[in-house]
Amino acid sequence: MRSRWGSVLRTPVGVSAAALLAAVLLLAVLAPLVWSAEADAIDTGSILRGSSAEHWMGTDNLGRDIFARVMVATRLSVVLALVATSIGVLAGLVLGTAPLVLGARAGRIVTAAVNIAVAFPGLLLALFFAVIFGVGATGALLAIGFAIAPGFARLTQTLVARVAGLDFVAAARLAGVGRARLIVRHILPNIGEPLMVNATIAAGNTLLAFAGLSFLGLGVQPPAYDWGRLLGDGLGGIYIHPAAALAPGVAVVVAGLAFNLFGEAMAKGIGRQTAAVPVRRWRRPAATPVQRVPGPDAVLAVEGLRVSFPGPVTPVRGVGFTVRRGEAVGIVGESGSGKTLTALAIARLIEEPGEVSADRLEFLGKDLRTGSGPALRRLLGTSLAMVFQDPTTSFNPTRRMGRQLAEVAEVHQGLGRRPALARAVDRLRAVRIPAAERRARQFPHEFSGGMRQRAMIGMGLMGTPALIVADEPTTALDVTVQKQVLRLLERIRADDSVAILLISHDIAVVREVCDRVLVMYAGRIVEELPAADMHRLARHPYTRALLAAVPDMTTDRDRPLAAIPGRPADPTRLPVGCAFAPRCPLADEQCVREDPPLVADVLGHRVACWHADLVVGEPR
Amino acid sequence: MASPTAAMAPTLERFADNVWLRFGLRRLGRLLVSVWVLLTAAFLMIHLIPGDPVRAALGIAAPPELVAARREALGLNDPLWLQYVHYLRDLFTGDLGVSTITGLPVAQVIGDRLPATVELALGGFGLAVAIAVPLGLGMAVLTRGGRRRQAELAFTSSSVLLAAVPEFLVAVGLVYVFSVALGWAPVAGRSSPDSYILPIVALAVGPAAALARIVRVETLSVLQADFIRTARAKRLPDRLVYARHALPNALTATITIGGLLLSGLVAGTVLVENVFAWPGLGSTIVQSILAKDYPVVQAVVLVYGLGVLVVNLAVDVTLALLDPRSTIRES
Repeated sequence: MRSRWGSVLRTPVGVSAAALLAAVLLLAVLAPLVWSAEADAIDTGSILRGSSAEHWMGTDNLGRDIFARVMVATRLSVVLALVATSIGVLAGLVLGTAPLVLGARAGRIVTAAVNIAVAFPGLLLALFFAVIFGVGATGALLAIGFAIAPGFARLTQTLVARVAGLDFVAAARLAGVGRARLIVRHILPNIGEPLMVNATIAAGNTLLAFAGLSFLGLGVQPPAYDWGRLLGDGLGGIYIHPAAALAPGVAVVVAGLAFNLFGEAMAKGIGRQTAAVPVRRWRRPAATPVQRVPGPDAVLAVEGLRVSFPGPVTPVRGVGFTVRRGEAVGIVGESGSGKTLTALAIARLIEEPGEVSADRLEFLGKDLRTGSGPALRRLLGTSLAMVFQDPTTSFNPTRRMGRQLAEVAEVHQGLGRRPALARAVDRLRAVRIPAAERRARQFPHEFSGGMRQRAMIGMGLMGTPALIVADEPTTALDVTVQKQVLRLLERIRADDSVAILLISHDIAVVREVCDRVLVMYAGRIVEELPAADMHRLARHPYTRALLAAVPDMTTDRDRPLAAIPGRPADPTRLPVGCAFAPRCPLADEQCVREDPPLVADVLGHRVACWHADLVVGEPR
Repeated sequence: MASPTAAMAPTLERFADNVWLRFGLRRLGRLLVSVWVLLTAAFLMIHLIPGDPVRAALGIAAPPELVAARREALGLNDPLWLQYVHYLRDLFTGDLGVSTITGLPVAQVIGDRLPATVELALGGFGLAVAIAVPLGLGMAVLTRGGRRRQAELAFTSSSVLLAAVPEFLVAVGLVYVFSVALGWAPVAGRSSPDSYILPIVALAVGPAAALARIVRVETLSVLQADFIRTARAKRLPDRLVYARHALPNALTATITIGGLLLSGLVAGTVLVENVFAWPGLGSTIVQSILAKDYPVVQAVVLVYGLGVLVVNLAVDVTLALLDPRSTIRES
């Protein structure tokens, strides 16, 4: 608690707001003692004078010093604001906790009344109450207090609702603690902090509102004066004597801001603070000799791909592979292994502050590392299709499905609105969406999850894709729908020899769809092997552990499911040696000391493990 | 041929299932309740005034016979429920009573003053939106992902400052700079077209700053959304990604919060009108409160309250049009 208040004072905004607020409060105490005599001294000899050595902000229509009057008015202005805020907070607390005290039915009426009152702006409520309570300081106090009460009632309700659901309140209730005691002892202490913050901000707004009412002549009445009154009196003479209107105006703004800023700084100190993230430039990788030359039928060739974020963290550390025409390649690994970032980096969808570098990144023979011209944009837009994990959030909720598909054709193929929509309907039909014409006019939320994912694939088919990058396309779907989506991908691949890069944490899914599998761990490929014979060929202990963790028909159901011991590697603290070593049963001194390179055998099967030759045969 | 009843049934079913219809009915119900509360509050306002409002309005020196006659004329001697019934009946027939000071029908006073206030409010609203949306969107695009920290700091601090300064102080400052010091605009009144500039700007500055902040924050969070990634994966040009995919989604959240600001703008006209001696409802209500001209006060409170309710309704309908999902959501 103390450290959090301390953190408020450590930020530059917090310090200046606190200093400003302290100055305002100090002035409220001292100013009347220092300047009272001067402020009330009527000098008919110098009426409405401008700035002079004696009166450096001039004098008003009775020859009184304006600077002194503004200073003296600090006390009344601040006191009135604080009292009005207290009235508002208290009334808000009473209204806001009323549902707890009165029970559900009466509580609902109070809540409904608060909801209606909240819809009206504070000034309007203040005017309404000012009519009832009458013109004058007391009336204005009550008016403003009651005007801010609904807002506080709403806030209290929200906070109470949050706290009332917590265990200790339920426990207190079960223990037979009375309602009043429950509120005072258990609930109020837990909502005090946000209430304080909002009350501080409200005090600033109240100060401004009070100035408004006094300015209108509805607040403080002469001979008493606050800033609003001084401002109202000074406005009439703004042509001859602007200082009389401007000085109290400035005072109101400064004092109001002091409260506001301090409240904001408190809120920020209490809530989490966003750390400044330094932005780094895109770094061109140093040219390094390329080890492998991709064949002429390569759709995608990646070499030495790295993705890093300021921190610095490098979640993808030198990934390389190729995907050939019509081939299905899977990437598997635990969450955090860098699979998704690899996919996004290939598709050039990593945004600042993320940084991508690669020794080679070619799609259909075009270098993706350089340039971002319209030609490249069209190539990627029509030939590279993306399917994302969550079809619920991956469509724009405010646009009709058909239009979201059609815009691809409009932008990249120059089709008109109508032909583009016709193509969209055709593509929806191609991914087996029934009543495609009607569905195209619907919004995403009217589609089921599986249909959305098929529509997403259909969107990729608006062009003539050579590669579909599918990032966990079935994870968010239920099992029967998963099958449909996978079968659809397979059919597209077979019909048009479209290559597929399937990213999944589910090794069973990958095995079903893909020809080849890349196993990723801690941002690197640790093994590349054919999908069909994984059980026999897997040599990396991590791959074998993944395979062992998949239950099949022969799994003994009485034994607990196999799990990989230990935790996934922390990308911010990677060891010098093999990242899997801490979890590996075969790890020895060499593994801890040196990171094993990814080595290919004659068949193209690659593995990065010092002990790859130790593990042959079926996994346990 | 299908029988007409068989053809009717699905139509009726669809009619009942229509989310728009249900949304409309629910929203209408809420509006009616709010209007009723407003009417009742305005009625009770007069009766909650401590002491005798007629005595207060006429002054202590007024003869008791005059007070009694005025009370009788205003129907204040009837039982409360009867007064309420009369009040509602009069409202529906358009009879808002007579000003106790000028003797003019209140409906006429409102009719004379309302257009000036509506001009001001609409102008202020239009200007605020015209500034806030492009500014907020632009700043979000420029400062996304922690880019341009300095620009972000400058924008947030200046918008906090501008949003915190109340409109009547902005008005005073504008008058000083543009009317007194530079002499570019008239200091007060509603005459030439250029007399509109300062009041509208004074009214718009605060809401524009606050709204721009909201637009920026909302746009930033929308830019993180999956569907923006989808739009980028479709390789749409940036302007389409921002204008077509980010903006409508940022606006739905913006309008919800911005609606409160806009109804605040309706109330803000009261203060701005008093600075510029604008012949609208805002100056009328203040003069009437000071003069204890309760029939006028009551009517102006009603008009302002209805204005706020209309703004809120417009906000909800716009939201529903922009984001079809909000028609299903329970409010």
